Amino acid sequence: MAKEVMPDIAIIDYGMGNLRNVEKALARVGGQPRIIASPEEADGARALVLPGVGAFGQAMDRLTESGFDRLVKDWVRADRPFLGICLGLQLLFTESEEFGPVSGLDLVSGRVVRFRGPAFEPDGDAPGLKVPHMGWNRLNIVNPHALLEGVLEDAMAYFVHSYYCAPDDPGWTAVTTDHGIEFTSAVARGNVFASQFHPEKSGDLGLTMLTNFVRLVHAAGSRG
Amino acid sequence: MLAKRIICCLDVDRGRVVKCIKFLDPRDAGDPVELAARYNVEGVDELTFYDITASHEGRQIMLDVAGRTAEEVFIPFTIGGGIRTIDDFRAVLKTGADKVSVNTAALKRPELIGEAAERFGSQCVVLSMDAKRSADAPPESPRWECYINGGRVPTGVDAVDWARRGEELGAGEIVLNSIDADGTMAGYDIELCRAVADAVGIPVIASGGAGTPDHVYAALTDGRCEAALIASIAHFSAHPIAEIKDFCAQRGVSMRPTAPPS
Repeated sequence: MAKEVMPDIAIIDYGMGNLRNVEKALARVGGQPRIIASPEEADGARALVLPGVGAFGQAMDRLTESGFDRLVKDWVRADRPFLGICLGLQLLFTESEEFGPVSGLDLVSGRVVRFRGPAFEPDGDAPGLKVPHMGWNRLNIVNPHALLEGVLEDAMAYFVHSYYCAPDDPGWTAVTTDHGIEFTSAVARGNVFASQFHPEKSGDLGLTMLTNFVRLVHAAGSRG
Repeated sequence: MLAKRIICCLDVDRGRVVKCIKFLDPRDAGDPVELAARYNVEGVDELTFYDITASHEGRQIMLDVAGRTAEEVFIPFTIGGGIRTIDDFRAVLKTGADKVSVNTAALKRPELIGEAAERFGSQCVVLSMDAKRSADAPPESPRWECYINGGRVPTGVDAVDWARRGEELGAGEIVLNSIDADGTMAGYDIELCRAVADAVGIPVIASGGAGTPDHVYAALTDGRCEAALIASIAHFSAHPIAEIKDFCAQRGVSMRPTAPPS
């Protein structure tokens, strides 16, 4: 019997935040993650993960300088298994208003905008909603996807962000979350999935999603 | 709507989790790596690793133990104890922490809070404070004083004033430890919780005194805290985390549901 080859998952290191948590979570659910510092190192990988925390503009600069921008664009357009997390979701969009507007990878048409509006202003004794949106919040699945299999209806995931994504095409939205506004907390299409929340920090729910991702990588690989 | 949080605290002394009463007489509660794995599975919302003697002994935090603990944690993870410099912040974040907790060093040099917030973002700067009721304050208008070096040295700094200052300097949240209530399992100092939570806009985490689910509920409602830190109640399995969460959820507090037993 042929030995099952574990999917090889490349995690992009472009100097935006700690990747160890993503790496160890993928390893925990049976993936074979490795951190890559240049696009050439993605050779042979069957999946790409774009994590990241920090400012959008700086992240785009680093992606461009390192050539990772090209890699991500080609990868996503080819519908190869891809997981974006937090800033790794936002960067897929056309532009962000964070210290900008700043242009993004434009793989998903739409904008990244800051939480604002009356819900965030103090009202009498009530302090108003906080920015950053930080903590555990509910996921409403609006479009099923392989990564969301086994995710319960009232599940909560862990968020830390001040800007959110607004896709022009609602068909991209897989999950929404309410924080003063019902915003897109994950997008999905084919083998591409990206979330505003952190699966690697979302306990059982996150590990379920990452297990699904490893499975998807494997399935996509065996088809090709 | 954001859920209120239950945070398990691992007070670590020379590589073992201990639990004190009023910051004294540590008793062994287990291995940090094993306890972290257990609480992660039981559905706690965050974990805090606190090297309780690093500051007092003037040494670095035990990064190897903290790092091995982080490997078992797939929820937000805070590390604290003996953090003095930006380099300490960087080292601790590298082990896998999402947030870093400062206490003594921030009271000695408040600028540390701002420097860390600017470098790493407010979301990862936790101001932890050890507060004790001032004996000379009348019961109808209580005051609390901050202590440093693991509750050993009084500073003369008022806890409510210090919380306000910490927020101004850029702290992302406040862990409010009551020295009087610590390890007693007789309930949080709700008056203290309220005094600080009303004074600042950032999340306040109640700490010290949890012995029943009702105590946690009181901190999250009357105490106006965003999160409750628990230790003894979890280590000695008086009440499973799911029971505490269910208790609060049934009374209308938004909590993250724990996974149903499989």
